Amino acid sequence: MNGLIEVEQLQTFYVLEYLGKKKTIKAVNDVTLSIPENVIYGIAGESGCGKTTLLKALFASIEPPLQLFGGKVSYLIKNNFIDALSLNGKEKRELRWSYISYIPQGSMSVFNPVKKLKVTYLDFLESHVRGKAGRELLSLARQHLEQLGLSPKVLDAFPHQLSGGMRQRIAIALSTLLKPQVILADEPTTALDVVAQRAVLQLMRDIQQEIKNTIVLVTHDMGIHANITTCMAIMYAGKIVEVGPTQEIFSNPLHPYTKFLIHSLPRIGDKMPKKSVPGAPPSLLNPPSGCPFHPRCPEISDFCQDKVPDLNNSTQNHKVACWLRRESCDCNS
Amino acid sequence: MGVLKDLFKDYRFAVGFILICFLSFLAVASFFSPYDPIEWLQVPRDKAPSWSNILGTNSKGQDVFWEATFAIRNSLIIALIAGLISRVIAVLVGFIAGYKGSIYDRVLMGITDGLLVIPLFLILVLVAMLLREALTLVSTGLLLAFFGWAWDARTIRSQVLSLREREFTLTSVLSGNGTLSLVSKEYLPLTIPLIFSTLINNIAWAIGMEIVLAILGLVSLDIPTLGTTLQWAINYQAMLLGHWWWILTPVILTILLLVALYWFSISVSEYLDPRMRIQRIGAK
Amino acid sequence: MRFFRDYLVPRIIQYIVVIFCGITAVFFIPRLTGQNPVLEMIAQIQSQGSTLDPTAVESLMETLKELYGLKGTLFQQYITTWKRVFALDFGPSFFQFPTPVSELLKTYLPWTIGLFATSTLISWILGNILGGIAGYFSRKNWSKIIDALIMIIRPIPHYIFGIIVLILFAYVWQLFPVGGMMLGRRTVLNWRFIMTILRYSFLPAMTLVILGGAVWFQQMKLLVQNVKREDYVQYAQTGGVKERFIIYRYVLRNAMLPQITQLALVLGQVFSGVLIVEMVFSYPGIGLLLYRGVTRGDYNLVMGITVLSILTITTAVLILDLFYPLFDPRIRHK
Repeated sequence: MNGLIEVEQLQTFYVLEYLGKKKTIKAVNDVTLSIPENVIYGIAGESGCGKTTLLKALFASIEPPLQLFGGKVSYLIKNNFIDALSLNGKEKRELRWSYISYIPQGSMSVFNPVKKLKVTYLDFLESHVRGKAGRELLSLARQHLEQLGLSPKVLDAFPHQLSGGMRQRIAIALSTLLKPQVILADEPTTALDVVAQRAVLQLMRDIQQEIKNTIVLVTHDMGIHANITTCMAIMYAGKIVEVGPTQEIFSNPLHPYTKFLIHSLPRIGDKMPKKSVPGAPPSLLNPPSGCPFHPRCPEISDFCQDKVPDLNNSTQNHKVACWLRRESCDCNS
Repeated sequence: MGVLKDLFKDYRFAVGFILICFLSFLAVASFFSPYDPIEWLQVPRDKAPSWSNILGTNSKGQDVFWEATFAIRNSLIIALIAGLISRVIAVLVGFIAGYKGSIYDRVLMGITDGLLVIPLFLILVLVAMLLREALTLVSTGLLLAFFGWAWDARTIRSQVLSLREREFTLTSVLSGNGTLSLVSKEYLPLTIPLIFSTLINNIAWAIGMEIVLAILGLVSLDIPTLGTTLQWAINYQAMLLGHWWWILTPVILTILLLVALYWFSISVSEYLDPRMRIQRIGAK
Repeated sequence: MRFFRDYLVPRIIQYIVVIFCGITAVFFIPRLTGQNPVLEMIAQIQSQGSTLDPTAVESLMETLKELYGLKGTLFQQYITTWKRVFALDFGPSFFQFPTPVSELLKTYLPWTIGLFATSTLISWILGNILGGIAGYFSRKNWSKIIDALIMIIRPIPHYIFGIIVLILFAYVWQLFPVGGMMLGRRTVLNWRFIMTILRYSFLPAMTLVILGGAVWFQQMKLLVQNVKREDYVQYAQTGGVKERFIIYRYVLRNAMLPQITQLALVLGQVFSGVLIVEMVFSYPGIGLLLYRGVTRGDYNLVMGITVLSILTITTAVLILDLFYPLFDPRIRHK
């Protein structure tokens, strides 16, 4: 146990009911992860593989229809491990924004449309910083914005008066105001144009370098992972299939799915036609038996249909969940 | 049948459904009434409820209970006529405005919006006054139908607009399906819950409106309805003279009927609305 | 300036158009449904000619002929109608002959406006606040109990609810007068007079506030349950913003906006409700006047009431529309 956040065998499912029938969506299906300090940790995967749900669990935000079916999430706070999922509302509120903060997907609409941004900022700050007057807090906020290269004047505007990219950056600024140890970012660059994307990524990198905290970055865009993450995890159908330093994953992808993801990235000068993964993403309602990737895997063996592979070390830091990559293979039994 | 069982878990549906059944039963009972609905002096006047007249008798010499069965039946008939006919108009207007869009939409919605802002009630009264030969069952129903479609046409139109934006519309059009088939086979089934709930609301409105029209003396006082029986009771000073059974009967029956319809409609439409369903599961 | 053009002008145009259509509709209705009642009326008056002041009878005949299409071409009649509307002249009342309709309206209208404005305002504010809080805490028991109560009250029509209130409070418990405030007293602004007004208007106001409030309560509750799930509310919750702030600044403040729009849409119906309640309690307003007019076949009076109501409601809606930008910065800026 050496990470900042430890996830052990986490299972969180959505339970829905329609006309008397219950349906369970296995969004996070037995995930074990160790997120270290002082990195930008990427989580990659297709849309609908459960990345956002995993983030919600990391943030200890498990609300109906999402339910906890097993496992643990622990935060390392002042050399003690705290079970995040058993905290009550008040405790969670204390931790949020000061220890761990969250940048949700589609941050364009996270601000109260009828109030100026500075009111929203104050609302957030006043709940966490005691004993300081509004004016002081606002000047702190303005300083912070300036440090990040954003104009402090935006605080006097209404959300709808700013562009989507600008709002995204302000949301990021807000989440970093109290210099939290962990920042969870869910697709911070989707729906932004390339220029705004670059600005957002630069901002995140600058923040991480300054505060030296951990940023967990969830996105399906492999290009972003290549750009700024230190290490990453590949997620498929609610499970983690490969984990390791980003460089290594890109230079030596082990899992067949990862191989497809990497090879689908266009490279300058490469004129070969790109292959995408055959088949369709699996249903989380009825996940395939055994290894979830087996219906689409080109290297499938008989074993893969029956048993779920767990994460096994290939090298020291690089783990993969695949029967075909085992040193000692039990495939004959 | 699992759907019905599930619906019954909602106390509102259970109560509403049972009450509607009970009141419909009363309405049907009117066909077996031992008394004529219009004749006066069939029983001794102004008698309090007793075993021979369970709800007492009124100042016209009629049995209050059996008059009430006719009242429920006739009010329901009026309301059904109004509701069903105005559905047809509302659906036509809503669908044409929503699907065709552009000028059809603007003209139709212009008319509808105009009708909504103007206190419709007054125009209704004006027209009724002019049809001075006092309204019968059918004409009351038709009159109410003529004024009752505006609001629901708007609601249906919004629904159609959102359906039009959905993918399956484009798919259907590109596959060469005609507009009529798209509308009747695809849109109609999806809109039926909405149409149904507006029908129930309209019926409730019609019952209330009929009462006001009766109080204003615009409905033929020969026909027993919830409104006219109430009007007779008020005219004969039932409150002042302490003949509470005469005035309370239509009042309480109306309340039961309208509450029942409302609970029924709300529970059914909430059941079918996916957003409310998710809220229900969360509580478990 | 752009605000002026994009927001204000379309609404003023709409205002004019609705009034135009409304008055036109009122113009055509008697012509479409037949003129028998009018001819009857004329005949009746002519037969009574000897007992009534001849010049007054003449003016009534003129009015009838003009209003009901027995004089001049259709177009001429239309123009005359408009002239009358601008002068607010609807001719003399039938049953209170020869008092002009406009005078009756002048006496009774202020009472209705007073009742209408206060009860609508109170029911809107109370209903929305209670509904909003109940919607935010929708899982709590008290919220469910109030909800059940409202579920019983809401479907009851104005007339029936009014009767129940009347029976309970005026007959059974005899707390308030049965109704019928005397008009014609000089409006003196002393305590006694104000108390009299309160005594007579309390029951109708209470009826309207409860019925209206029930509707706002339910709608707001539903709205708030949805607004609660909006991104900006969820974000504020994850950010640990104080719950008090979230309820008022994030949820209620945003949910209130569609309710203002909704108020503008249903103002016509609310007004009709006021008229109906007035009838139950014999409150000295337009509703009572309407009741007397309809039951006595006073078509002039009812016509006048209708036109006046159209003007009143559309103006009220316009005023409301002008207020909306004050609450929604998205309309104000940009």
